[in-house]
Amino acid sequence: MIPPVFDYHAPASVADAIALLSRFGDSAKVISGGQSLLPLLKLRLGTAEHLVDIGRIPGLEYVREEGGYLRIGGRTREAALERSEIVRTRFPILLDTARVIADPLVRNRATVGGNLAHGDPANDHPATMLALRAIVVAQGPNGERTIPIDRFFTGLFATALAADEILTEIRIPVPPGRSGGAYLKLERKVGDYATAAAAAQVTLDGAGTFAQVGIALTNAGPVPARASAAEDALIGKRVNDAAIAEAARRAAEAASPTADRRGSVEYKREMARVLAARALKKAVERAGGR
Amino acid sequence: MSTHDIQLTVNGASHRVQVESRLLLVHLLRENLRLTGTHIGCDTTHCGACTVLLDGEPVKSCTVLAVQAEGSEITTVEGLEQNGKLHPVQEAFWEKHGLQCGYCTPGMMLTGCALLARDKNPSEAQIREAISGNLCRCTGYSNIVKAIQSAAEQLRQH
Repeated sequence: MIPPVFDYHAPASVADAIALLSRFGDSAKVISGGQSLLPLLKLRLGTAEHLVDIGRIPGLEYVREEGGYLRIGGRTREAALERSEIVRTRFPILLDTARVIADPLVRNRATVGGNLAHGDPANDHPATMLALRAIVVAQGPNGERTIPIDRFFTGLFATALAADEILTEIRIPVPPGRSGGAYLKLERKVGDYATAAAAAQVTLDGAGTFAQVGIALTNAGPVPARASAAEDALIGKRVNDAAIAEAARRAAEAASPTADRRGSVEYKREMARVLAARALKKAVERAGGR
Repeated sequence: MSTHDIQLTVNGASHRVQVESRLLLVHLLRENLRLTGTHIGCDTTHCGACTVLLDGEPVKSCTVLAVQAEGSEITTVEGLEQNGKLHPVQEAFWEKHGLQCGYCTPGMMLTGCALLARDKNPSEAQIREAISGNLCRCTGYSNIVKAIQSAAEQLRQH
């Protein structure tokens, strides 16, 4: 399959990329790793008159802790996230997530920023970033702005990014002590989108109660969203199986998956419940709560 | 549609080629450079038959634009043999019957080479994880895993 015709641009700086995007407006698309965009173009499910490749711009690939945040450059490849020492030792939920995205070959090209900016509710990072309460950094003609992850996803394949903005960084608040997170995904085979998946991030206080909780599901509706009712069910509660079961039940209840070859609505909702409970238990375990 | 003069190194040889913006890397390799060892399978980023090494890392060349490979070093299956001698991974696929129809084999071997370049002593689980983006529809994976293990053993002795 051959993609439709387009003009290709490879700017050498963020400023040049933004200038191109400003000039071409909606007729341009940013290409990062291209692992979602190129298949879409090849299948003619999408078109673009101009592709602006941010792959030649130096300085957008990094994973580092700074100023109370884990900062991930927008063009950081999933493979780099997987190999990052700080991710492996301090953010197991991110390692859980990166490891189940597509397959290892795709992860050599696919980028974290692209996974979010694509706005696909079937992608894996959205739920994890919601659970971690990440902040998305965008650069545009008027400089830099930050977008809380809760306001980033605005519709199916739609985000708060303007046509002339580039996602340059993801900031994850470094969790306090006694915190842990996990991402669990059910997939038919390596490389498939989630039949169901759940992200959970918790912080416990000295008394063993839930002080902070983040829960979100993958492929549970047209727009990635936080499972607020599930989070509320845990705040201030002592860690126990009944509380976790109730939170998982609420998360599944709020989910609106669609039936497809991966399963019926009922099956997917049930799997979401099971995975949410397991992810919460694993998060608690990693927080040192058990 | 834009066209671009690009330079890339394929199996050690430098090439200058004029490409359409939409030309895929796999087509550049197969059609422009006549390196047909890189196969097209699913053409939808699933099967890994089109795997090549891009700056040493295995990627699916049906999902990379040729123009994106500007300035990079590509290794295809044709580049594994050195001075008339098969690469240890190629020898091992032969010895261990790591192939039947051969369609997935170039991709499997290149992914195996990339893994062994990083780690000469991978566990079976690590091998299976590494090749999880390469699909085989004939032999199953047992002999492919054995071949990579055998190549690892060979490489450790050198």
